Formats: sequence, structure tokens, C-alpha cells
Amino acid sequence: MARNTSRPGRTLIAFGLLIAALYGGVALSGDWTPKLGLDLQGGTRITLEASTETGDEVTDEKLQEAAAIIESRVNGSGVTEAEVTTQGDRNIIVEIPGENRKELVDTVKQTAQLRFRLVAATAPGSAQAQPSAAATPTPSGNASPSGNASPDASPAADPAVEPSSASRNRALSGGLVAADETAPSDRPSKKKSATPSPAASESPSVLPEPPVASEGAPVDQPLQWMRNPGNPWIQAFNNYTCPPPGEAGLVKDIANKPIITCDEAGTTKYLLSAAMIQGTQLDDASAGIPQSQVNWVVNLSFDSTARQTFAEVTRQLAGTGEQFAIVLDGTVISAPTVISPIAGGNAQITGDFDQEEALSLANSLKYGALPLTFTAPVVTEEGPSLAADQLSAGIWAGAFGMALVLVYCMFYYRGLGTVVVASLGVAAAITYAVVLAMSQSIGFTLTLPGIAGLIVAVGITADSFIVYFERIRDEMRDGKSMRVAVETGWVQARRTCLAADAVSLLAAVVLYIFAIGVVKGFAFALGISTIIDVVVFFLFTKPMVSWLAKFPFFNTGHKLSGLDAENLGVDYLPGQPRTAPAGGNA
Amino acid sequence: MGKMSRLGNALYEGDVSINFVGRRLLWYSISAVIVLIAIGGLSFKGLNMGIEFEGGVEYRVAMPAGQADQDAVEEIREAVADTGLEAASAPIVNTSGTDTIRIQTEPLDNDEATEVSQTIREAAGVQDGDISQSAIGPTWGEQVADRALIGLAVFTVLVILFIWAYFREWKMSVGAIVALIHDVVITIGVYALSGFEVTPATVTGVLTILGFSLYDTVVVFDKVRENTHNLARTRQTYAQAANLAVNQTLVRSINTSIVALLPVGALLYAGVVTLGSGALKDLALALFVGMAAGAYSSIFIATPLLVQLKELEPSVRQGDARAKARARHHTDRFADVPVYTENMVVGDEPEEAAVPVARDPEPVGSRTGSGPRFTGQRPASKQVTRSASAKRAQPSRKPRSQRGKR
Repeated sequence: MARNTSRPGRTLIAFGLLIAALYGGVALSGDWTPKLGLDLQGGTRITLEASTETGDEVTDEKLQEAAAIIESRVNGSGVTEAEVTTQGDRNIIVEIPGENRKELVDTVKQTAQLRFRLVAATAPGSAQAQPSAAATPTPSGNASPSGNASPDASPAADPAVEPSSASRNRALSGGLVAADETAPSDRPSKKKSATPSPAASESPSVLPEPPVASEGAPVDQPLQWMRNPGNPWIQAFNNYTCPPPGEAGLVKDIANKPIITCDEAGTTKYLLSAAMIQGTQLDDASAGIPQSQVNWVVNLSFDSTARQTFAEVTRQLAGTGEQFAIVLDGTVISAPTVISPIAGGNAQITGDFDQEEALSLANSLKYGALPLTFTAPVVTEEGPSLAADQLSAGIWAGAFGMALVLVYCMFYYRGLGTVVVASLGVAAAITYAVVLAMSQSIGFTLTLPGIAGLIVAVGITADSFIVYFERIRDEMRDGKSMRVAVETGWVQARRTCLAADAVSLLAAVVLYIFAIGVVKGFAFALGISTIIDVVVFFLFTKPMVSWLAKFPFFNTGHKLSGLDAENLGVDYLPGQPRTAPAGGNA
Repeated sequence: MGKMSRLGNALYEGDVSINFVGRRLLWYSISAVIVLIAIGGLSFKGLNMGIEFEGGVEYRVAMPAGQADQDAVEEIREAVADTGLEAASAPIVNTSGTDTIRIQTEPLDNDEATEVSQTIREAAGVQDGDISQSAIGPTWGEQVADRALIGLAVFTVLVILFIWAYFREWKMSVGAIVALIHDVVITIGVYALSGFEVTPATVTGVLTILGFSLYDTVVVFDKVRENTHNLARTRQTYAQAANLAVNQTLVRSINTSIVALLPVGALLYAGVVTLGSGALKDLALALFVGMAAGAYSSIFIATPLLVQLKELEPSVRQGDARAKARARHHTDRFADVPVYTENMVVGDEPEEAAVPVARDPEPVGSRTGSGPRFTGQRPASKQVTRSASAKRAQPSRKPRSQRGKR
């Protein structure tokens, strides 16, 4: 405080530099308008409420994972700027700016479905995939989409159809080994030797053996069906082309029917059997590096109901190079081969994963293991013209409200009113810069309730100045001169203001944590404005008043200074020569 | 202006004093009546819950300027009712703001909602971008209300703790919380009686009031604490000091309330007149009512209640008795000297002295009746306080033998 007393100018200059730096930072990104919320620019907002089928608690982790999956779904349907955020403990908000995209409601609220299926055939997803295949060292001369799936191709001999010949975004394929240490007989040793397994680039794809009959095996027996899908399916498979990545390409994933689908990048298509195991039968999935190894693997563990099936499937597939596929929402996220039969229900997917791929696969598996069901309790759609109305009304209210406050303060506090004008101006400038900075850094969007919060905060900010000014006047009524009163009043006003602002901030934080829906923006705006109020009050208003106190206009009580005898309601100003007649003018 | 300042100074000096604390029964009964009306309204009329709590679909149509009239409303109402959808058979259609029409129906599914939207667009003759729609499921309100209640509980607990920690006085917490409940009940009552719609934005507004109401209360209590800090050195009772504090902060309270209400008023105007309905109006209305009630309650409810609680403390009561005695002594220092009357026993017979109170063994603090009796003597012993000379080295008188010889 002592420093402020002696050098208010210095603080003011430092504060000016601070603001300049803030604006400099904002200017770097060159974006001078804050991100507007949907209610101000128009768009569709879908609020999803998650619940689990089993009645388990919706954990934050699951919600995040679900949000990520929904985001990829929405973006997959051709929407570019969609934002998917979680809110509260069970809500996911999907915001799609621009035109009406209400038809997305069904897409986003669909339950995620994770299934394990057997791969009957694979082939490059489209003709466009060929050039990239040619670029890899693998020979790929005879890779024609129709030929690969044809029944006369010899199994495990045609290297041209490796899934890995695609780009880096291929399905995470790899070898699958048992991770169960208690697995019978020679498995541990075998596993060790097998774990640096054929990575994705080395595992050949599986082609169906020549069908016995054109009808193929019944679809409800996946193991037989896999080896003999029948002509109609192969025909359909041959005719199928993967949609380019990012396009709407959701495949109807029905558990007891075979499907034809692609991996995430759309570079490989798969003919898949009916589901063997459901995602709900998966107990846990995690990514990690096993001891004494260097590659990332994904660990799976199945519950007791799936253990038997999985053991049977792996026994059949082990060593044959045939794959099974892990399918999430109709998209193949991984298609490992089986290296050895796995009886214990614990498996490891190996391959040349990097950390990110392994974690993402594990997360997808975990999410699939506890599918969340969504309802869409709130679907709002803001028409752009109404949104524009709301924006202009909000700005109008802000300007008008601020003007009213300024006029009142100028009227009541006269000269000191300039301090209010300047302080509110500075606070507005900082608030704008902070809003800009936050919309760039943490994606803060300005909504109508947010604007309301900022407007309401004008009152809070002006309140602290009033507390201070009234203090100064009280001190002067106690007989202190203006320059002394500015300092002693400050000590008192500072405490009051900090306490009052702390309560305000507390309210804002509690609101922010517990409010759901758009009103969160209100609490957020209120909170940052309260903090800005404290900053401005300490670093600008006080030094400015101290500085002004050096001018005779204020410290001798000019009639318009707001601190003259009449304004204080006293007969003469403390510390000033008595101009009033000896009898007083009461 | 000049008068206001004069009043400000007079209030500060205590020349003009409004007896906020002393007339507490009046303020309490005014508040009690208002609160009873509010509770009555709440229980008999109930709140008009918005579709966010009830579930339903709301459409807002931006009409071309000047066309949001009753004819358009009727037209849209019929068109929507004619869609044949059961949930949309009795739509609520009204104008809202200058050129917006609002339509509400029962919950619809996605396709039905689109159909109704189509119908409205044709009936109103507007573009696709002119319609806003929000469809809210029936369970959503529950979640909003649950979270709001949790928020309310958490906030109340935190505030009690904060005020207790800041003022070191749980009685202030009690005063503040009672004022808080008072404001919230009044605000809810206004909503019940006026039939304004309650939406999540309203709930936010009510929760925000909590902050504002406390803001006012903290400012007043801060002054109360300052005034009562050194009570033993003044001739004031606790009640007088607290009342002076309220009077001193009165101008400030009026100013801060006006300044806080001005932007909210602008917001309310924009919300009601320009937009007609929606989050802005709901927020601003709740804030406006709550802030006004908050300014009232911190002066008329919180402080008198605090004084009442404090007066239960023996030390405060003793202090008050001392202060009154001192004040009386100050005004008339011979007040206790008995007036001579005929047959008055004069002499050294103490038990029959005309000033028996002077030897009253009863401690001052426990006296009851119409106030302490004045004795011309100091009641009880004076409280030992820090004085200005507390840290100064005190002069001492040593025995002659120890004094240095000159």
C-alpha cells in the first residue's frame, strides 16, 4: 500500500502494459470476435442423458469416451464444426452450428455396439486404395478387389490383400495371444516366443476356402460360415465399396447377421460373420507394455459367459492366419489373427501399436464393454434470425445498462465519476480481451446468458467503487483531508470489497459446478467478471484515485470534484481554509 | 443532490437516525406479512413451470415486423391443431415481444416435431431460419431441479462457513442466512403470484440472488463489526452502534442497490420488450426481484436479528448496561443524587439510605425490568481494554532509596 501511495503512476503504467500485453496476445491469433454460442448464431443443440442398461454408475471416463465416439460419429456424417462436450455427471452436449441438423438426433443417441466377429474375407476398400498399396514394399501387383474374395484364391498365399497395405489409419490389426499366466501346459513359454508376433504388416489376410455349396453355411454358425459364406454374400462383398473417410457410412450392425463393413480409414473392407461375443461380455480392456517387452499391447479379459466361446474360436483360428474382427458401431477397429488358443479368457492383442493407438483401442473396447444408452431430453434448434435478434438485444441491454450506471455515477459522484467511467472502461476492455483469449484457448463460447452475466457484473464492479468512494467521504466527514482519506478509506474498503467479491465468486463457482444447461455460461461470465473486478479495483481504481488526489481540483474540494463540502454535506472541508462564514451555513 | 448529501452526512454523524434496530418488530411483521403472502401464493396458486420442467416442444417464430398480431396467432393455432397429432391438439400460442410468436405443445417425437415445424412455417409464411425450436423431455426438469437443490445446499453451507470465518461470529451467519431465505422466499412468492414461468434460467437467477443478497449483508455487517469493535470506549449500546452502522451504510446501500439494479433493469427491458421471453427475461426478472428484496433484508432483517442474537450474550448485556449508565452520567452527572424531601433520613444509617440501589449486590448483567437502574456509580467493573497507552512504557515511582541521587 505504501508503494501505491507514493507511486500510483507506476502502478498505472504497469497495469497499462499488462492490458497492452493481453491485447498483444489476442492480436497474435488475429481473431477479434469471440466465439458465439448457438443461441446467438443459430444451430442445433442436442443434450443427451446417459444411463447404463445395467444400472451401474456412469463414470466420467465412460462419459468422455462416449463423447469422443459421438464426436466421431457426428463428424463422420459430414458436419464439420460440431462440438461435443460433457456436462455434469451424465450429460453430453452436441452442438452443431449453422443449419438445421435435427436428423442427427437418432445418430448421436444410438447406443455404441461392440462385437467380436469372424472375418470371412478382406479386400481393399476401394479402387483408390490401390496407389497407396503400390507404394509399400509389399508386392501388390495382383490386388484386384474382386479377385481377392473369389473362392478360388488360395488361403494365406496371396500377399496382395494385406490390410496393412493401406495408410497409417488402418484398422489396428495384430496378433492375439493369451495373457493368462495360469493357462495350461506349454502356453507361457509359447506365448513368450509368440508375443513379438507377426505385426500387422506381416499378418496375411484370410481368404475363404472354396465353398462347398453356393448357399454357404448357415449364418448362425459363424465358424462354419466364415469358411463358407456362400455366393450371395461374396457377391455383395465384391460389389461393396467403402465410403471415403468422413462420409456417412454407418453400417447397420445387427448382432445375428453377417455384415460387410470397413475399417475407420475406409481402406479395407471386411466380410464378417454374425457376432460371436458381445461387447458387454468383455470385463476389462487396458493398454500397456508387458514386462520384458517393448511394444504396446492391448489386454482383454472376458467374463465367464464369453470365456468358453472365445476359447473355442481361438482354438479354431490359432495358427491358421484367419482373423477375427472387433467391430465398434459397425466399423472394424481391429482385426487380429490368433497365434495360440486362449482358454483363460485373458488375451493380448499385439502388433506394432504406438501408445496412442493402443490407448485408443483399449478405450474403445472399454466403452463397448459398458454401453451407455442415451436419451435426448433436450433438442433445441435456434433459427439464425431469432439468434441475431437475441445477440442485438443482448448487446443493446449491455450498452444501455452500462450507460445508465455511468450516468448515475457521474451525476452522483461528479468528478469521481470519471474514475468510475475509466474503471468500467478498463474492466470492459479486459473482459473483452479475456473472453477473446478464452474462446481461442479453452473454447469458451459467448451465449446469451453469458452476456447477461457480464451485464449483471457491471453492477458488481460499480458497487466496489461506490463502497470505496463512500468510505473516502466517510473518512473526510471524520475530519481527514482528501489525501489522507483516500488511503485510510482504502484500507477499509479493500477489506469489505474482498469479502463481498469472495461471496460473489463463491456463488458463481457453485452455480458453475451445479447448473446444467446454457446457464453455465452465466455463472462463468459472472465468475470471471468478479475476478476482473478485483484486479481492476486494486491495480487501476485505487492508483487512479491516489493519483487524482494530487490534483488541487480534487484535494481542495472543487465544486465539481464530488468531494466538495456541499457534496459531503459538511460545513467546511477538513484541511482546507474555512471559507464559510463563522456562523456556519447550516 | 445537496439534500441527499446533507442527509448522508447527518446519517453518518448520527444526527438523523432511522431506528432500524429498535423498530424491529415493525420490520419483522412487515416481512412476515410479505413472506406469508408469498407462501400462501406458493401453496394455493403454485408455480407456473415452464416446458423445461414439464416437458414439451416450444417453437418461436420470428415474424416479419408488425405481423406478430392476434390474427397470426389464431392462424397458427388452427394450423397446428389441424395436424391431427394428439400432443399438438391444444397448442398454446401467444405473441412474445414485438415480433415473435411462441407456440408450445406437449412432448413430440422428432418426426412429429419436424411436421409441426413445417406446419407453422407454412401458416406463418416465414423462412426455415426464422423458427427456433426446443424439444424437452419430461425427465429433464428433474435433473435440473436436483442439481439446483444440491447447489443451493452446498452454497448455503459454504456461505455459513465463509461468514463465520470472516466475521468470527456465527450469529452473523445466522442473520445472513435468515435474510437469504427471506429473499428467496419472496422471489419465489412473486413468481407464484404473478404466474411468471419458471425455467432453468429462473432457477439460476434465484441462485445468483443468494450471492447478491449476501453481498449487501456483508457490506452492512462489516460496518457493524467496525462500529462495535471498540464498544467499551463509547457510550453506545450494541444496538445503538449497529443502528448507526446501518444508517451510515444506508446511502451506500441505496447507491449500490441502484447501481446493481440499473443494468438488470436494462436486461429486463431487453428481455421483455424486445425478445418477449426466454433465458434473458427469466434471469433478469428473478435477479430484479431478488436484488430489491436483498437490499431490504440486509438492512431491515439481518441487522436487527443480529442485534437480537447478540443481546443474548451476557457480556454484551453488561456492556450495554455500562454504556447506558455512562450515557446517563454524561447527560446529567447529578441524576443520582437524591432530592431532599421531608422526613428524609439523613445520616450514617446505610441500610435505610435513599439510594439502596447503590449497594445492590445483584450483578448488573442479570437485571431485568424496564432497563438498568441508574446509580451514579459504575456498574460492575469496567472492562479492561487496550488503550492507546497500552504499549508505551509506563512511568513508575520507585522508592526513594532506589531513585538515583542527583
